[in-house]
Amino acid sequence: MRIDSRERFGAAVREALAGREGHKMEILVCCGTGCLANGSQKVAEAFAEEVEKRGLKAGVGLFTKKTGCHGFCERGPLVVLQPSGVLYTKVEPRHVPDILDKTVAKGELIPRLLYKDPATKKPVEKYEEIPFYKNQTRVAMRNIGKIDPADLGDALAHGAYAGLAKALFEMTPEQVIAEVESSGLRGRGGAGFVTARKWKAARKAAGERKFVLCNGDEGDPGAFKDRSIMEGDPHSVLEGMVIGAYAVGAHEGYIYVRDEYPLAVVHLTLAMAQAREAGLLGRDILGTGFDFDIRISRGGGAFVCGESSALMRSIEGKTGEPRQKYVHATERGLFDCPTVLNNVETWADVGAIIQNGGAWFAAMGTEKSKGTKAFSLVGKVKNTGLIELPMGTTLRHIIYDIGGGILGDRPFKAVQTGGPSGGCLPESHLDDPVDYEKLTEAGSMMGSGGMIVMDDRTCMVDVARYFLRFLVEESCGKCVPCREGLKQMLAIYDDLVAGRGRPGDIERIERLSAGMRLGSLCELGKSAPNPVLSTLRYFRDEYLAHIERKACPAGICRDLTAYEILESCEGCGVCLKACPAEAITGEKKALHVIHQGKCISCGACYEVCPTDAIRFFPKAELAEAAAAGRGGAS
Amino acid sequence: MITLTINGKTVRAREGSPLLEAIRAAGVEIPTLCHHEALEPWGGCRLCLVDVTRPEWKGWAKMVVSCMYPAEEGLIVQTHTERVVETRKVVLDLLLARCPETPLIQKLAREHGIEKSSYPPNPEPTDCILCGLCTRVCDHIGVFAISSVNRGAGREIAPPFHEAPPDCIGCLACAEVCPTSCIPYETSDAKRTIWNKTFEMVRCPTCGKAHITTAQAGFYAGRNGVPRSYFETCDACKRREMAHTFSKLSAGAGGVR
Repeated sequence: MRIDSRERFGAAVREALAGREGHKMEILVCCGTGCLANGSQKVAEAFAEEVEKRGLKAGVGLFTKKTGCHGFCERGPLVVLQPSGVLYTKVEPRHVPDILDKTVAKGELIPRLLYKDPATKKPVEKYEEIPFYKNQTRVAMRNIGKIDPADLGDALAHGAYAGLAKALFEMTPEQVIAEVESSGLRGRGGAGFVTARKWKAARKAAGERKFVLCNGDEGDPGAFKDRSIMEGDPHSVLEGMVIGAYAVGAHEGYIYVRDEYPLAVVHLTLAMAQAREAGLLGRDILGTGFDFDIRISRGGGAFVCGESSALMRSIEGKTGEPRQKYVHATERGLFDCPTVLNNVETWADVGAIIQNGGAWFAAMGTEKSKGTKAFSLVGKVKNTGLIELPMGTTLRHIIYDIGGGILGDRPFKAVQTGGPSGGCLPESHLDDPVDYEKLTEAGSMMGSGGMIVMDDRTCMVDVARYFLRFLVEESCGKCVPCREGLKQMLAIYDDLVAGRGRPGDIERIERLSAGMRLGSLCELGKSAPNPVLSTLRYFRDEYLAHIERKACPAGICRDLTAYEILESCEGCGVCLKACPAEAITGEKKALHVIHQGKCISCGACYEVCPTDAIRFFPKAELAEAAAAGRGGAS
Repeated sequence: MITLTINGKTVRAREGSPLLEAIRAAGVEIPTLCHHEALEPWGGCRLCLVDVTRPEWKGWAKMVVSCMYPAEEGLIVQTHTERVVETRKVVLDLLLARCPETPLIQKLAREHGIEKSSYPPNPEPTDCILCGLCTRVCDHIGVFAISSVNRGAGREIAPPFHEAPPDCIGCLACAEVCPTSCIPYETSDAKRTIWNKTFEMVRCPTCGKAHITTAQAGFYAGRNGVPRSYFETCDACKRREMAHTFSKLSAGAGGVR
């Protein structure tokens, strides 16, 4: 049915809800990319097959549904039973009959599939009682994990497009912009530009042809919030874009998705087709006479194409390289027309803001950073996954309460936010509220919401080098400071980790960083020194250790680190088996020995030793010991 | 025309024209490597950076590349502030490491007080500074025979697949525009070779001089209704012919007054 009036929209929602009345119970199987990789497709099929075989649909009103990412990718495949809210983790197809027999039929729980709280070691029954979920507030991700992204009816039943209907039937474009302005919404791509200001400028800009774009080129290592939104609730993105287009007076839009996100492309394409057929996209939207359609532009995998001018060049069919522009895209953007470019998450927020009002959104967050923000929490935390929280939440709350603390209860060392443009924050910043200003002040940035937690076995020099290597590959090479600067910066770091650091290296790094920051053409080059400068700012002693003592305090840089087995070794032989270089010998139940000549300093023995009987120390000490004639540490 | 201030001096400029034009017109020298009057500004070499500000910015200034920043009424431009000079030095230092044997870069670096790069010299010295002038002039002519390939540190200028470029017409524009003369070519009355592609030469039907390639003549022929024969005649002969025509016309009209 094509929705062409306010009444018809209401009817469509009622119909969608009525269609679900027979759903007495639902089995939600997460089919986000993470869970799919863990085999959730087979789990979903097994459920569908068993439910069909047993005639449970008609019998007890049990329906199965493939949803988007629940966020708790660490524990996938995830299965949620509704309405009981029971969450089963790491579900395999062989568990399916059991779940149906016990939990669905009798309400009995299967303890081994339940999530165990790492803090209390007790199983947690319900989805919403798990600290990982309990502490979240979801706006952009409001329907992810609840709806089947391939089913428009399901989305409508969960409130999708209600914001669009309100905007088109009750509000003028100016009122829409005013509402977004009152929400305080700022760009979720990381730079934090005020969304309403962009929209206002584009609305005012002269020109018949205007564009509304969605940046889905999420490329920061470890970030995947945009992917999950596009995969799990594509309608929220479409709804936001149509509202934005109505506000600025655009009739054409593009969603720029990186090609590494095939599932996002499939779900977006399907959602667009369904929305068009229902009259929610395309010609004469909701019968109001407003036309707006979207095309998908697939990126070729260049990180720099997430930069706005490069993204627009790429859509235009040109080489995806940034172009210096002293004119805002809202005046001259795509094809030199006024253009609004917002991030996936920003668009997903818009529908909820219009539906619930700007004041509702602005009630969450801090003074200058309103609402909620999605993060991809990864690294050395117990609960990795996708989370959404009010702005201003402290890093400590995110890492310890939601993330469950550091893996293996090791000491926390740093958290990296903002990807290659961001920085590493130490323990002293754990109580900082997360908002745009605070992160920037601390030398990092919001970025696209990647949050990589690091423990004490992380070398900060090595971390900075990791991001430099990423950027050397991803710099487009158009301007000298970024292209040549990154190359030389990486060369300095290659020397540092190999024990070839020299006095003056820190000063050379600082001087080059300043030149790149001021001289580079686009934000990639300008922000490229951030991982370098933030590690230098908070972990300068580690740099000095590398340069002056040729030592890696974290024991990560292989050329600087040696291992030895202590007297407390019980001779269990675990390290001997783990050693890939056959550098360890020892009889069972006798002290084992590492032969330094063969040891490649990979640290495998250290990681596996159950009695902590292996220690690492600066390799330089080996040479010193040899020189002192004591025969070496082994 | 608008009025702006460059290093304290009030100058007039065309509104929206690149700041660089106004700066040079004011007699201030700033280096550029990727700029050419005939081509769209590109902003890649970063040497023409300047500081711009306005009274209402209350002391805040931003660094912009003057080849692309539009001249605006009331703008205050500083071409040699400490941070501008320092950034220029960092850029030249990096370029000198890339091109340690290139005279133009050595000269520019020396002018900025750099005798030796603070970075290790490129083990494979090149003269190509990746200014993009060659590819841009090629695109501008409409040939698109060469382009930059790969990203970042691996970026280079090359024909497709590093093979003789099928679209190249041997016009030498890329080699002529190259500021470090690093695109090799050979040309004689019979043949011309560039980018590993060899071209036959066309001789001027009037004087016999070999001045363009057959591919060039073929590429230009028919454009805007101009016949191939027009392009086969060399520029000198064309001028002579034109002069003859004019003198005949003026003779018919009663001679030159």
